Amino acid sequence: MSKRLSTGGRLIDRSRRIGFSFNGKPLAGHPGDTLASALLANDQMMVGRSFKYHRPRGIVASGVEEPNALVNMGEGKRFEPNQRATTTELFDGLTARSQNHWPSLDFDIGGINKHLSRLLPAGFYYKMFMYPRAFWKSVYEPFIRQSAGLGQAPTERDADSYEHFYAFADVLVIGGGVAGLLAARHAADTGARVLVLEQTAHWGGRSPVDGGTVDGSPVAQFIDETVSALEQMPNVTLRRRCMGAGVYDHGYVLGYERLTDHLPYAQGPRHRLWRIRAKQIVTATGAIERPLSFAGNDIPGVMLASAMRDYAVDYAVSPGERVVVATNNDDGYRTAICLRNAGVNVLRVLDARSAGGGALMDDARALGIRVDPGRGIAKVGGGKRVQSVQICAQDGVGGALEALKCDAVAMSGGWSPVVHLWSHCGGKLLWDEAQAHFRPDPEHPPLGADGNGFVRAAGASNGALALCDTLADATEAGKAAAKAAGFRRRNTRAPVGEAVSERPLEAVWLMPQQADVGLRSKSWLDFQNDVKVSDVQLAAREGFESVEHTKRYTTLGMATDQGKLSNINGLAVLSDALGQPIPATGTTTFRPPYTPISMGAIAGEARDEVFQPIRRTPIHDWHDAHGADWEPVGQWRRPYAFRRGSESAHDAVIREVRNTREAVGLLDASTLGKLIVKGPDAGRFLDMLYTNMMSTLKPGRCRYGLMCNENGFLMDDGVVARIDEDTFLCHTTTGGAEHIHAHMEEWLQTEWWDWQVYVANVTEQHAQIGVVGPMARKLLDKIGGMDLSAEALPFMAWADGRIGGFDARVYRISFSGELSYEIAVPASQGLAFWKLLISAGAEFGIMPYGTEALHVMRAEKGFIMIGDETDGTVIPQDLGLDWAISGKKEDYIGKRAQARSHMADPDRWKLVGLETTDGSVLPDGAYAVGEGVNANGQKVTQGRVTSTYYSPTLDRGIAMGLVLHGPDRMGEEITFPCTDGKTYSARIVDPVFYDKDGEKQNV
Amino acid sequence: MSEPVSALQDASHDGIVAVREDGLQGMITLRGDLSAAAVGSAIKDVAGLAVPEGGRISGDRTGGLCWMSPDELLLLCPHEDADANVERLQQGVKDTHSLVVNVSDARALFRVSGPAAREVMAKLCPVDFSPDAFTPGMFRRTRMAQVPAALWMSDDGTFHIICFRSVAEYVFGLLKVASQPGSEVGAF
Repeated sequence: MSKRLSTGGRLIDRSRRIGFSFNGKPLAGHPGDTLASALLANDQMMVGRSFKYHRPRGIVASGVEEPNALVNMGEGKRFEPNQRATTTELFDGLTARSQNHWPSLDFDIGGINKHLSRLLPAGFYYKMFMYPRAFWKSVYEPFIRQSAGLGQAPTERDADSYEHFYAFADVLVIGGGVAGLLAARHAADTGARVLVLEQTAHWGGRSPVDGGTVDGSPVAQFIDETVSALEQMPNVTLRRRCMGAGVYDHGYVLGYERLTDHLPYAQGPRHRLWRIRAKQIVTATGAIERPLSFAGNDIPGVMLASAMRDYAVDYAVSPGERVVVATNNDDGYRTAICLRNAGVNVLRVLDARSAGGGALMDDARALGIRVDPGRGIAKVGGGKRVQSVQICAQDGVGGALEALKCDAVAMSGGWSPVVHLWSHCGGKLLWDEAQAHFRPDPEHPPLGADGNGFVRAAGASNGALALCDTLADATEAGKAAAKAAGFRRRNTRAPVGEAVSERPLEAVWLMPQQADVGLRSKSWLDFQNDVKVSDVQLAAREGFESVEHTKRYTTLGMATDQGKLSNINGLAVLSDALGQPIPATGTTTFRPPYTPISMGAIAGEARDEVFQPIRRTPIHDWHDAHGADWEPVGQWRRPYAFRRGSESAHDAVIREVRNTREAVGLLDASTLGKLIVKGPDAGRFLDMLYTNMMSTLKPGRCRYGLMCNENGFLMDDGVVARIDEDTFLCHTTTGGAEHIHAHMEEWLQTEWWDWQVYVANVTEQHAQIGVVGPMARKLLDKIGGMDLSAEALPFMAWADGRIGGFDARVYRISFSGELSYEIAVPASQGLAFWKLLISAGAEFGIMPYGTEALHVMRAEKGFIMIGDETDGTVIPQDLGLDWAISGKKEDYIGKRAQARSHMADPDRWKLVGLETTDGSVLPDGAYAVGEGVNANGQKVTQGRVTSTYYSPTLDRGIAMGLVLHGPDRMGEEITFPCTDGKTYSARIVDPVFYDKDGEKQNV
Repeated sequence: MSEPVSALQDASHDGIVAVREDGLQGMITLRGDLSAAAVGSAIKDVAGLAVPEGGRISGDRTGGLCWMSPDELLLLCPHEDADANVERLQQGVKDTHSLVVNVSDARALFRVSGPAAREVMAKLCPVDFSPDAFTPGMFRRTRMAQVPAALWMSDDGTFHIICFRSVAEYVFGLLKVASQPGSEVGAF
C-alpha cells in the first residue's frame, strides 16, 4: 500500500494538516502536498478509469505528463473537469471526484469493455460505425456520446474572473529549473530584460530530488542562491505557477499563470494569460521520463521511476512497501537508492541491459539491493492494484523465470526532452541515437522575421540530461540569447557540476523484446486512451504508414496529455512495425498549448458587461428608461420599438408608424455614419466613390448616393451634403461608418495618394435626431430659432442655425416619405435636445419610434435597405437604381465590373414590390418557384423576398423581392412555398406602395 | 442651450487604481502637412506650442498637442474653446490644404491613477508600459481590449485615456475589471 513516510518531505509542512475529500470521502494531507501526493498518502492508489475500456487507473507520474489522475474538481460555480491531481496544489476544503466511471470508481459497468477488447481494436469506430449509414444518427452517435468523455461539463456560470497581461522581454526563459535559472542569470548579467516562467510553485525543477553538486555545493543551495540573486536584479521578473503555453511567430508567447487555484478564497482573478513579446526565447523545459511497454504496465501501482522518487523526496510518500524497479538506463537506480534510503523495501532492480548499469548500480548493490541484469517484466499481476510481477529475460518471448509478490513497480525507459515549445513555431528535431530521444536541432531553430532563430533550448530540454552538461549548456544559451537580443556578451563563467559515470541506456520499446501477441495486447502505450502496442502494430499492418494517420486511427497521443508519455514509445513501435528507422517515421505535430489552459484565461476580461463593446448614443439611457426593445446594429444598440405598458413589440411598431404618418415621430439617428471629406480634390474623389455625380452638388444641398465596391456590388448608401466648395459630409449606414472610412483611406493612401483630400470620421461628434411627420415643422417652429419653411429650406437642402438655443445643422431629408428634418446637435447636448423635442412635441402627439417602424415606413416607400435588398451579390441595376448611376462619368469604383457580361445579363433578378393576394405577410427570405426542376432535381426558383412587413398604413402585408424579369411582369402572380408549410401567392407590383408622387415629403 | 455633459458625467471607481471619467475635453483634429509653414504657425498661434515629435505630446489638457500620425495632430483645449479654436486654426492655415474639425463630443476622457496604473493599463493594451519603455511625454494610439484608444501619462502614476464616446461605458467597465482588488501583477 502507498503511505506517508514518517520523516522527510521537502515541500510539505508536516506540522499542519488540511482536510479535503475524494469521492465524498474525507481525507487529510499537508500544506505543500499536491492532490496526487495526498491521495497516495491516503493509499488511494486507484484514481480513475480509462477512456475506452474503463480499466482501473492509478497515478503514474508526478507532473504535467500525468495521463490518468484527472478529476472533477470543485462544486457548482467552481466546478471544473479534467484537472490533473499531480499539478493541483492541495488546499483546505478541496473536493475532487474521479471521472469516467459508472456507477462507482470501484465497480464500473463499462469495465466490461475490457473483456470485449478483442472486438475493439484500433480504428474500431471507423470500421464499425460506417454502415448502415442511417444508423449513425439514431444508434451509433448516441451510443458514442453516452460512453465517451472524461469529466463532466460544468452546468453553472463560472464564479471566477480572469485577465490578460501584456509583457515584453529581451530574453524570455521558459522553465525555472537549474537550466532556466542559470540561463536567466547569464542573460540578465548583460543588462537584458529577462522574464522567467516556471509552471510549478517551486524553483529548481527536479534537480533537488535527483541531487548532484554545483561548484562543490549541493544543487539545492545553488538554486536558492541563484533565485535570490535574480530576485535582486531590477531587470529580472520571476513568475511561478506560470506555464509557457505556446510559442508563436515574431517572438509571441502565451504564459498561463494560475493565481488562486491553490488559494480558492483569495480575491482577484483566478488565471492570468500573459501575452508576451520576447526578442529571444530560451526553452528550459526539462525532460519527461518514458514508461516501459510491458504487459500490465497500466495497473495502478506501476509508476514512472522518477515520479516515485519525487513522491518520496518531495512529499514523503512511498508508493508501496515492496517495490520492483524496471529500467533500461542508470537513472532507474536513483529511484531504487532513494526508496531504500527512505526505508522502503526495494525487492529487485530489473535492468534490461545484459551488462547492467554503471556506478549507480554499484551504489545500489552496496545498499543491499538485488540487481538482475538482462531481465525485464513479462507481466504485472493484479487488477485494481499491483500484486506481483513475472520476471523474464529481456531478449526472450516472455517466459516467466520467476514471480515476485510486490505492490508497486517503478519503470524507467529513458528520458525525452520536452521539445514542445521549441517545436511550436517550426523548430526541427534530431534523433539522438545514444540517448534514444528526439532533441532540438540547433541548426534549425524557429526563425524570426529577420531569418534568424529566436528560440534556444537549454539543459535537459536540449538533450543535456546530466547536471554537469546542463550547467554548461544553459550558461551558453543564456549568453547567446542576450547577445542575439542586442546585448554585449559578458565573460561570465559557467559553474561546474560533478560528472557521474553512467552506462549508456539501451533502447527498449517492448519488454520483453519478442513479447507474444497476448502480452503485446496488454502493453499500454497511451494509458488514458487505451492504445496498446498491438493496436499500433495493427494500424501499421493495415497500411497506416504516416505517424499522423496512425495517431488519428488509433487515438495514440490524442488524450488530454497529448502523448507526453506515449508518443515516442508509440512511434518507435510503429517504426519497428514498418521496418524503418525512428527518424524516418518522425513525430506528430506539437501544437500549443503545452497543457490545457482554461477557457476563462483565453477570454480574459471579456465576459458579462465587457464581453464586447456596446456602442451607446447620447440618448441611450433615455431609450432604456422608456421601454426600448433593443436591436443590435453593428456594435450599436438601437431601439427596435418603444413599448408602452403591456403592449407587444408588434403593436408598438404599428402605433409608432401610424403616429409618425399622422402626427410626428422622433428617431434617434445618431448612429448613422458621418464622414467629412475635404480638399481641392474632394469632389473628384467622391465622383469615384459614388455611382452618381457628387461634384455638381451645390453647397447647401443634399444628394442620395450609392457606393459600390470594385466588383460592382452595392456596399453602402446615404445622403451626401455639400458643406462648402471643398467640403462634403457623407452619411453612411449605421454599420458602415468605420469600413467606409477605411475604404476611403485605402483609396487615398494606395491609389490616389497625390489627390488632395482628407477624411475624418465625426460620427460620434453629433447626436442626430429625425423629426418626422406632418407636424414636424409646426413643432420646430414652436421651439423656434430657424426658418424651416419650404421656401427657406426646401427638400434635399440643409442649413446651419440655432433651434431652441442649440447649435444645429438641419438636413431636410426623408427616409419615411413624410415631411422630415434630421437635426444634428453636439453629442454633449443630444439628450437635452431630445428631451426638449419630447416635451415641446407633447401637444402635437410626439412619440419616439424605433428601427422597425423606420424599416416599415421605408418599405412602404420602396426605399432599399443595405443588408436587406443587398447581400454582397446585388448591383444597383438589380434594384432599379439606374437613375442614381451617372452616365456622364468616365469612371467610378465598380463601373467596369458592372459592364461585365454577367452583370449586364437581362436574366439577373430585379427588384419589384410583392403584394400577397390575401393580404398576409410573406415570410422573410422566401423563394418563388418557377416551372420544372433544376439539375439537382429541385424546383426551379425565380425570385426571393428581401424585405417583408405588415404595413399599418395599408393594413396588409407588403414586401420587396428580387424576381426574374420582375419589372416586365407587373401584375403577374407568383407562388412561394414556405417552410411553414403554406404556399403564398403574391402579385408583382411597383415597389413604391405609398405616396408614389412624393407629395407628403415635399411640403 | 443646455449645459453640455460628458458621456458618463464624471463617473469614478476605486480599485487598485483610481478610475475617473475626466469630464468634457476640447479636442480638435487637424490633418495636414505638419511641416508646412502655414500649418506650423497656425498651431503655434493657437496652442502656443510647437508640433510634437512622432509619438509624443506637448502641453497638457488645458493646452496640448498630440501626435496622431505623420499628417494628423490632436489639439487639446478647454471644451468651451474648441469651436473658436477651430475657427482660428482654419483662418491660420488659410489656403494650405488641411482639415480642421471639432471632435470634442465624439470622445470621452478617462484618468487612471495610482502606483498600479501601469499594470492596470498593461492588462488591456498591447503596449510596453514598463517605466523604461513608456514615460510621461509619450503619446500612444493603441487599443484597449476591443476598442481603439489613445493615451499619455502626465506623471509616473497617471494615465489619460481618450476613447470614443459611444464606448465610454465599455472602457469604464474594462478599467473596473482590470483594477479589481487582488489583481496586482507586480511586474514593473
